[in-house]
Amino acid sequence: MTFPEHLWLIPALPLLAALVGAFTPRAQRKISSAAALLAMAASFGVACAALSSALAQPAAHQVSNFTWMAVGQFNLQFGFLLDPLGAFMAVMVTFVGFLIFLFSTGYMRDDENYAKFFCYLSLFAAAMLGLLVSNSLLLTFLCWEIVGLASYLLIGFWFHKPEAAAAAKKAFITTRVGDLGFLLGLLWLDSALHTQLFYNNGVGFLETAALDYLAVALPCGLLVSSAIGLLLFCGAVGKSGQFPLHVWLPDAMEGPTPVSALIHAATMVAAGVFLMARIFPLLSPDALTVVATIGAITALLGAVIAVTQNDIKRVLAFSTVSQLGYMMLAIGVGCPEAAIFHLLTHAFFKALLFLGAGSVIFAAHHEQDMRFMGGLAPRMKITFATFAIGMMALAGVPFLFSGFWSKEAILHGAHAWPTSPLPFYIGLVAVVLTAFYMTRLMANVFFGAPRSHAAEDAKENSWVMTLPLALLAVCAVLLGFLGTPAWPWLQAQLTGTEISSAPDFAKIFEGPGLLATSIVLVALGLGAGWAVYGFQKRATASEPDPLEKKFPRAWAALEHRLYFDELYAATVFRLNNALAFVADALDRWVIDQAVCFVGKLGEFLGFINKDIDEQGLNAGFDATAGKIRDTAGAYSSAQTGEAHGYLRVLALGFVALVILVAVLSC
Amino acid sequence: MTAFLPILAQTLPTGETPAQPMLLSLLIFTPIVGGLMLLLAHKLHPTLSRLLGLCFSLTTLLFGAGATIIMMEWLGTAPMIKIPPQLNPFKIQEGEAITQSFLGFNYHLGMDAISLLLVLLTGIIAPMCLLASWKVKHPQIFFGLMLLTQGAALGVFLALNFFLWFLFWELSLFPMFFLIKLWGGPGAQRAAYQFVLYTIGGSAFMLLAFAAIYAATGTVDFARLSAMANVYGPSILNEKLAVLGGAVPMLAFLGVLVGLAVKVPMYPFHTWLPATYAEAPVGASMFLTAILSKMGIFGVHRILWPNFGEQLKDAAPVLIWLSLAGVVLGAYAALRQTDLKRMVAYSSINHLSYCLLAVFAVYSATSGTQADADSAFAGTLLQMFNHGLSAAALFFCIGVLEDRTGLRGLHDFGGVRKVAPLFTAFCGIAMFSSLGLPGLNGFVSEFLIFRGVFGVKPWAAAVACLGLLGTALFFLNFWQKVFHGPTAAHSAKVADLSFREVLVLAPVTVLMFVIGLWPQSLLSLIQSKFF
Repeated sequence: MTFPEHLWLIPALPLLAALVGAFTPRAQRKISSAAALLAMAASFGVACAALSSALAQPAAHQVSNFTWMAVGQFNLQFGFLLDPLGAFMAVMVTFVGFLIFLFSTGYMRDDENYAKFFCYLSLFAAAMLGLLVSNSLLLTFLCWEIVGLASYLLIGFWFHKPEAAAAAKKAFITTRVGDLGFLLGLLWLDSALHTQLFYNNGVGFLETAALDYLAVALPCGLLVSSAIGLLLFCGAVGKSGQFPLHVWLPDAMEGPTPVSALIHAATMVAAGVFLMARIFPLLSPDALTVVATIGAITALLGAVIAVTQNDIKRVLAFSTVSQLGYMMLAIGVGCPEAAIFHLLTHAFFKALLFLGAGSVIFAAHHEQDMRFMGGLAPRMKITFATFAIGMMALAGVPFLFSGFWSKEAILHGAHAWPTSPLPFYIGLVAVVLTAFYMTRLMANVFFGAPRSHAAEDAKENSWVMTLPLALLAVCAVLLGFLGTPAWPWLQAQLTGTEISSAPDFAKIFEGPGLLATSIVLVALGLGAGWAVYGFQKRATASEPDPLEKKFPRAWAALEHRLYFDELYAATVFRLNNALAFVADALDRWVIDQAVCFVGKLGEFLGFINKDIDEQGLNAGFDATAGKIRDTAGAYSSAQTGEAHGYLRVLALGFVALVILVAVLSC
Repeated sequence: MTAFLPILAQTLPTGETPAQPMLLSLLIFTPIVGGLMLLLAHKLHPTLSRLLGLCFSLTTLLFGAGATIIMMEWLGTAPMIKIPPQLNPFKIQEGEAITQSFLGFNYHLGMDAISLLLVLLTGIIAPMCLLASWKVKHPQIFFGLMLLTQGAALGVFLALNFFLWFLFWELSLFPMFFLIKLWGGPGAQRAAYQFVLYTIGGSAFMLLAFAAIYAATGTVDFARLSAMANVYGPSILNEKLAVLGGAVPMLAFLGVLVGLAVKVPMYPFHTWLPATYAEAPVGASMFLTAILSKMGIFGVHRILWPNFGEQLKDAAPVLIWLSLAGVVLGAYAALRQTDLKRMVAYSSINHLSYCLLAVFAVYSATSGTQADADSAFAGTLLQMFNHGLSAAALFFCIGVLEDRTGLRGLHDFGGVRKVAPLFTAFCGIAMFSSLGLPGLNGFVSEFLIFRGVFGVKPWAAAVACLGLLGTALFFLNFWQKVFHGPTAAHSAKVADLSFREVLVLAPVTVLMFVIGLWPQSLLSLIQSKFF
């Protein structure tokens, strides 16, 4: 059986659910959520089947292509692609998606637009899955934008809140800036290679023939391929919240928490990393250096800012920014398989952390500020336990947790990168920071005494919310064992290489003491975090952070996210407004005035014309007309209007005529 | 001139023989007759006259469908456009291109892919405009005038003789003038005069240009001019015009260009548009933006490109920049507008400038492939159609707001989504269609245009991206200010759509999805195996 022909089912099922959700009346809102859950479960089934089919020949790229539109000599192709990369991602998205949908049935229970919420979620899932199984850069772009739309709708789901509406707009516009780069890259690629297909039995643009053409045949081909790669990377920068377009992601936390978990942690923001991994063969060394640089900057930036945030979701948001930076770094240093490994583990543990945060927020009556929490560990035992597992996975606690292994893979790759050692060192610094800010978060939220009534009253949530947490926690542990250095099964499947069936534990300890270094660094981060926040717990909500007291200015700068928003407001926005002002002013004061001037000129000419007419020509006319009038007056006196008089003249005339004729004829 | 006439007298191939006599005349004159009837019978019961008007308006769709079936015989996958320029053969023709006639006037109609597409668009939009104007005062006269405009627009799309074409071109102005003046907003008086004077001012130059063409060749029949170019080479017209004087070819080109540029409108001939669109009554605004603005782009295809290819190439560097100015400055000027109608009016300038950009970039290209040209050409045609759908829908949506509250300022509303969810959904779809979201129609045409332009002038496509950004900015601003946030006092008065209003919006919304997801449905209509 050729599986790719059935791949369309994976996105189509959620799309159907979205349609159902769109037409579900408010009274029957359960239909919407049931359809969404059912579709996700079914898609998960198909995705699993696809994965097993892909793993049968991991090195192959099975495709099914068709023409979307054709005009004259021009055509656009769509297609579906089955390989381990897409299949792993599809399984992850459907699985995590299902759990988050389940969680949402509890979290959004009281919302009046419950049906719409599941409609949007399904729409998002459909577009995201479409992106994963796409074999055409154009189809990818199409899904990419619809994913952006779904994200827009979901961030602004509580649209009556002005902040939510503003955040939604900011997210859409910021990612669109990147997407314009994506669009240009796509156009360039299509102009240069006349195909949008990744793989097409030898003639897709990721296959040898096209790459050789770019590298050898096309003049400046390497430059072109770097340029195309970087333009496409712009799209990924926007979507994956990379520096300098990361500003939208923290604001996106205005959306409901399940949305943050699904879209702004586990799936959509990873789409940029996925795209880069997908087009990896196209990326030239120059382009990869840029990717690695941006990734490293983002990894560090996100981690530093995360230390100072007080909103629990924003800490996690900046942590996401930082982890996405890690993944980009991995792509840049030439280890896309490590990036995808980290993407998969991160999706599970970050979804877990966000849902855990959601559970806390829901229990604490929508309080999101950590300063008003505290002491939640005894009140919410399951949430605490699962959150702790997620936290350890993110911090990279050794051996048992998945985050440790995937981060290790990235650090190995960065260490082996010949171009520069900097990304490696930045990666190490970010390891410490990650452990540090997660310890701070745990200490503030779960330990100490409750610092508000909301936190005091907090109770554990129902099973629909805790079951997903438990399942995700299990995955956050187990998934790591698929990619340990001893038995890198996942990486082998992604790269399509053979792997021995027995694990080789000696390999774990190979290498120049990397493992030991990173264990020490994690311990350092955790220890420092506990030293600052654990021993002396925050007593009241209003007291400043211990670090804030020590470094007030640095803290303020970081708390304001290094003033990126202010910087953009002062530059990009001002420029934008200036352009708008100029465009409007040109119309009002220049072009319109010019038109009016021409109009006035016409009027003036008309005026002169009129003068000449009246003074010159008309004067003569008037004189002539007067003469005519006089003559006519004389004649008109003869016109008496009396029939008798006329008849008399007529008779006289007739007689005269007869006489005249008689005289003449004689 | 007289030496040239005998050559023309030879029978030159001008296309197919008439397949369906009268079909094209029926298309044009049914609405005109209906309009005159309504104007004369203005004592008729309002509801009856509305229904009668709607029926007359719907005939265009009916005859258009008939024409589509006939045209279907020619479907194929040959290249869309020919370079060097050449008029496509006309599939359906009526009347003929007689050689000796009074001032070159003859009754000659013809339909090709472009006219078919625009006839269908008119068929969809015109009844929608009438439905949108259901509650105007004196519906007999309003509907009558709208029908006259409809017939005149169809005449422009189908005429093959310049004087006939020009007659319809001018005829479309006057009913519109009265519609704006009598049913428009407070500034309607000024706007109506501005609209008519500006357009006539432009047309005068075009008329002069064609007088020159007539003097030089003895014909103003499009098909005959094209046949002449086929036989004697594409520069024959310029050679003949040059006999009248060295500057005449360029002057004639500029004359035609100005006439068309005002109508589209092309930057910087656009300042009449925001005022006119804003002051016109809703139905008229919809018709203006959806149909009448297409007459200019249509003219570029029908007149400018086939006859003035060489001058177009010379002027292209300037024209491309003017189109880019329309794309970018149009979008950014929209960002500054606080009157929603003016905002959407500016967005029309932006959207139609994409068409101009594609035309000027591709038709003047020295490099590039047939694929680039085909893509740009198909994109232009689709963009005309798509802009018609989304702009008409958006003007209608603003009309709904104005109808409920008497206001249409950007800052007058807020939270409308809460009180009118159905309205919000329709308006949102139209908006996202207009800003080019994939999955909806606008994306398809804009992508094709960008792809074609990128193939020949990559930098122009890159600059035009700013227009895409600006469009997203002002539409999301519109969306956020009007629909999101807490419910404002005025917003509470916005009742959700009535059945009639849904009837206006539903067909175009369905089309937005169909074209967006399955563009081939429309593309295959305009592809001929003979192109």
